[in-house]
This record gives sequence, C-alpha cells and structure tokens, in this order.
Amino acid sequence: MTAVLAVHDLHVAIGERGRAANVLRGASLEVGAGEVRGLVGESGAGKSMLGRAVLGLLPANAVIGGGTILFEGRDLLAMPEPERRGLLGRRIALIPQDPITSLNPVKRVGAQIAVTLRHHLALSKRAALERATELLAEVAIREPRRVLELYPHEISGGMRQRVLIAMAFACDPGLVIADEPTTALDVTVQRQVLQLVERLRQRHGAAVLFITHDLGVVAKICRTMTVLHAGRVLEEGETADVLARPRHPYTRALLAATPRADRPAEALRPVPPALIESLWSEAHRLDRLDVAGRA
Amino acid sequence: MRWGEIIRRLVLIPPTLFGVCVIVFVLLRVVPGDPIAMMIPPGASPADIDRLRAFYGLDQSILQQFITWLGQALTGNFGRSISLHQNVFELVLARLPATLELSLLATLIATALGVMVALTGVYVRGRRLEWAIDGGIGVFLAIPDFLWALILLLLFGVLIPLLPISGRIDPQLDVAFRTNFYLVESLLTGRLDVALALLQHMILPAVALALPFAALVARLLKASLAEAEDQDYAQIARARGFSRPAILWREVFPNALIPTVALGGVQVTLLLGGTVLVERIFSYEGIGNMAIDAVINRDFPLIQGLILTFAVLFIALNLAVDLLVRLLDPRLRHG
Ligand SMILES: Nc1ncnc2c1ncn2[C@@H]1O[C@H](COP(=O)(O)OP(=O)(O)O)[C@@H](O)[C@H]1O
Ligand SMILES: [Mg+2]
Repeated sequence: MTAVLAVHDLHVAIGERGRAANVLRGASLEVGAGEVRGLVGESGAGKSMLGRAVLGLLPANAVIGGGTILFEGRDLLAMPEPERRGLLGRRIALIPQDPITSLNPVKRVGAQIAVTLRHHLALSKRAALERATELLAEVAIREPRRVLELYPHEISGGMRQRVLIAMAFACDPGLVIADEPTTALDVTVQRQVLQLVERLRQRHGAAVLFITHDLGVVAKICRTMTVLHAGRVLEEGETADVLARPRHPYTRALLAATPRADRPAEALRPVPPALIESLWSEAHRLDRLDVAGRA
Repeated sequence: MRWGEIIRRLVLIPPTLFGVCVIVFVLLRVVPGDPIAMMIPPGASPADIDRLRAFYGLDQSILQQFITWLGQALTGNFGRSISLHQNVFELVLARLPATLELSLLATLIATALGVMVALTGVYVRGRRLEWAIDGGIGVFLAIPDFLWALILLLLFGVLIPLLPISGRIDPQLDVAFRTNFYLVESLLTGRLDVALALLQHMILPAVALALPFAALVARLLKASLAEAEDQDYAQIARARGFSRPAILWREVFPNALIPTVALGGVQVTLLLGGTVLVERIFSYEGIGNMAIDAVINRDFPLIQGLILTFAVLFIALNLAVDLLVRLLDPRLRHG
C-alpha cells in the first residue's frame, strides 16, 4: 500500500540566520490511505510545524532545510506553486485548532464554505450553497439552511468547530490534518467532535493525521501513532502496541502524564535533553527497522 | 455600537451646536475687527457709523445680540450678510453643493489611491519595496493640502498648462442648472461634456485635498491589513489553496476596512477643513472660499452661518461613519 502522505527527513528552522531554532530535525512519518495516525508529543515538540509544512503554512521566517513531503507520490516541496494550490483545500485539508479565530468574522458561514467549493470544484453559487447545506447536515447541524445565513459570532464554539470540520471534508480530500481540533473545546463537545471526525473520515474515505498531546484521544481514534520530541520522531507503530509497550522513556513519561480512569495523572516529568539525545540514535535505529519491516 | 449609543449621539447634537454658536459668537465680537469699519466709505461721519451699527444690532450687548440671533436662527433665519447684502441661509445653501461635490470627489480619489497603496504595501511586506512605500506615505502625510494646491497649480496650471486653475466652470460655457450640484446633475442628466468641463476644474483642487488624506488612508489600512493577514482565518485560507492576492482581497480587506473606516472616516473632517484654503487658491466658489471673504470683511452673520454649517457637516460625518462601521461589522450589527 502506498502512503497518502510520506514525510521524509524533514528539517525546518525558524528565525534569523545564525539564531535559527531547528524545530524539525529530520522528522519522518507516513500516513496510509484511510489511516488515522496520531501525532503526539508535548507542547513545542514541532507537531504543528510538521502539519504546517505539509499545508504550506510555515511562518514567513521559517526555512525548510531539507527533506521531502510526498503526497500521493508527488513532492509538495518540489512542485510548482499553482499545482500545490490545486491540491490544498481539495486533496489536503486542515481542521484547525481554534474554532474561534479560524472563521472569518465578517463573512457568513455559508459563504465561507461555498468559496472553497466554488474555487476547487467550479460549482455555481447555488450549487455550492446546496452542497454546503448537505455538509452542515452531515456534521449534525440542525437547521443547516438557517446556519448558512449566520455569522461566526452567532454560533457556539462547538458549532464553529463542526463548520470547520465540514469545510475540511467539503472537497473529499485524501488527507485531513487535524491540529489539536478538540483542545479548545470542553469535554462533552470534544467527544462529539471526535465522533464526527471519525464518521466523516469513513464516509469520505480520507486519511487523517491527528495532532494532539492527548494520548487518551489517540487511544480512542488512531490506529497508528507517531511520537515526536524536539523535532524528531522517537517512536511509532500501532497505537495499541506503543501504548502497551512503550519502547522509549519519553513515551513512558508521556503516558504517565496522561490521566486514566484507573490511576491519577503524574505531572509530565521533563526528560533531560541529554538523555533524549543519547536515546535518539537508538530510536532512530528502531525507526528505520520499522520502516524496513513495513516495506 | 448599539442603538442606545446612536440615540445618545443624536441627543447630544443640539447642545454641541449650541456650544459652537456661543463660542463663535463671543470670539467674533471679542477679537479686534469691526464689520462697520470695513464697509463705510472714507469720511463717513460718526453719526452715520452709529446708525449703521444700530442697523445691524451691533450697539447692543453681546448677550442681547446672541439672544436675538438665536431666536431668529431657531426659526431658520440666520440674518443678512453684511458684505453681500443677502440672506445668509440662501447664500450658504447656494455655495454648499460646490464644496460637497469637491470634498466627495477628493474623498473618492483619496480612498481609491489609499486602498491601492495599502494593498500593494502589504503585498510586498518584508521586502525592500515596503520601506519605499512606507517612506512615500510619510512624505505625503507631511505635506499639507494647501501646499499640494500651490504645487499642482504651478505644475499643471502654469508650467504645463493642461488644466484650468480657477473657478468651478468656464464662464463662456452657457449652461443652466436646476440645482447647485452641477456635477451630480450633469452626470444624472447625461450631459457628459458639461461633467467633463466641471471635472477639469475640480481635479486639481480635489487631488490637492486628496493626497494627504490618501496617505492617511494608506497608513491606517496597511497596518490593519497586516494585522488581519496574520489572523488564523487568513492563514488557513492559504491552506485551502487560495492565492495571496485573492486572500488579501476577499478575506483580509473586508476585516481591515472596519478599523480603517472607524479611525479614518472622521478624518474626512480634516479634508473638509482643507477646502477653505484650497478653494481659495483655485478660486473655487464653495463655502470654504466664501468663509475667507467673510472673515476678511468681518461679516459676522455670514461667518456664524458658515461655521454652523461646518459644525453640522462634521456631526453628520461622524454619524455616517458610525453607521458605516456598523454596516461593515456584523458583530456590531447584532449587538
Ligand atoms: N512563529 C514562530 N516563530 C518562532 N518559533 C516558533 C514559531 N512557532 C513555533 N515556534 C517554535 O517551534 C517549535 C515547535 O512548535 P510547534 O510545532 O508549534 O509545537 P507543537 O508540538 O506544540 O505544535 C517550538 O519550540 C516553538 O517555540
Ligand atoms: Mg501545536
């Protein structure tokens, strides 16, 4: 099975030359067709940067130092800009983290969904709004026709996130990158949102790269997972395996910091960078073994 | 802004205008300068002077004069111009359309220029061209409208005489207008040759008024555009495959417009104030030009009428800006 997304040895630095911070240091991961892969790691690990690199959303002062990002076999970093723009929003979509700031405050919900549909699928205005109505119904929004007419500030945070999910799946993408889509929501809404992502993913046949620092969420919806730390992949595999037998102390620390029903959470003890560095070579070896094993 | 706020503003209008009247009325009479002295022929007897003074009510106390004036003003009678011997209200009404048309044209030019410069400036953000644009905006902000008027007059009126430099319309152009909104009327009635002749007269003063205001619009809008482009919704639009120009125009511009109108809209008052000198320089027959003559002649009733007119215009403009902001920002509309 060829991967929908294959990030290989990606290096990204942010900042002025000389004082650049290496936020990704040779990160690699693959997402197969229809797969839901969790990308976990503590805050600052570089998870969002990896997602942004795929989506072409790196900050202006970021420099890609090397690596490839293959989407359906084609290198996003090497292809001409217009070709990449043709993929973004149509074949590759994003579910953003913050539903409050991610919708345009002066445009109606319907217009915001329709503009992407019209752009990529060349639908008429009528057809686009018709399709937008269906999409809203799909994310369990009641009275979708009425909601199309509303402005973002007139609907709740949970509803906004559902609108954003609907927008992500609007053009039947092959890959959806969800960057902590539940972090800003309260627990009950979180659960609904996770269910929705799962339902739409199945219906539209998309693969999902699910970025989160919440291992509980990963355990619930991701079949595979990748652990990122300080810009590098420490560990990856089937979620069940990784969570049952974490090979890397960092993963163990992450696990211990995750609250579970059967025991209280421990604070995430910082792993000394030196230890990580020494374990890195080990993890990298395992990484390669894994990749080799799958190939 | 809620409706209650709008009502509060409306309620505040009469006291504001009253305050303006009091200040102008008192200042005019305290500052040296005597309208009668300006109009009497040399060698008039003191008795003649006194009679004239009494005729215009200037022999009474300031308070008495004010009460008389206010009582008449409330019935729509703003007195007679001392220098022009006509009803002040009719004089101002006849000249006001000329100034309104000029200010409107200047505002349109300034907005178009400002928007283009701001969009270009934000598009080249972080590049060296941005510095040049910011510097240019600074220069245009620093040169006042009347200086532009002189520069343009010398450039296109004298050096390369392309355009008329005086008046509102050619005297030999014999056309009758039903209203004093010459430009609007000629456009509406399809007399394009007349409209063109009018525009040729208006373009230099309008550009002079527009340039500093365009720089202001450009500076405000460019800052707002830059801020809005950094917001999540604009960034995410990139991940939906939209090009940067499309995002700037469709997603960013409607948002950046709100603070720009809120802050820059009221600055149109500066442009209106600028008409006084610029109309003078181009002998354009608006109320600004009229105001200078009125001051030279110490024409108290006319000055009072004109300043009251400017005050009403400023208040109307402020209200219009508030309404426009509400129209642009759905978050305020449903407040
Ligand atoms: N705009 C930015 N400028 C400079 N550094 C940044 C910027 N955004 C993120 N970083 C840095 O990049 C690193 C990775 O960030 P990020 O990918 O957002 O982490 P996370 O795993 O929490 O999503 C962090 O060390 C962060 O400080
Ligand atoms: Mg993040």
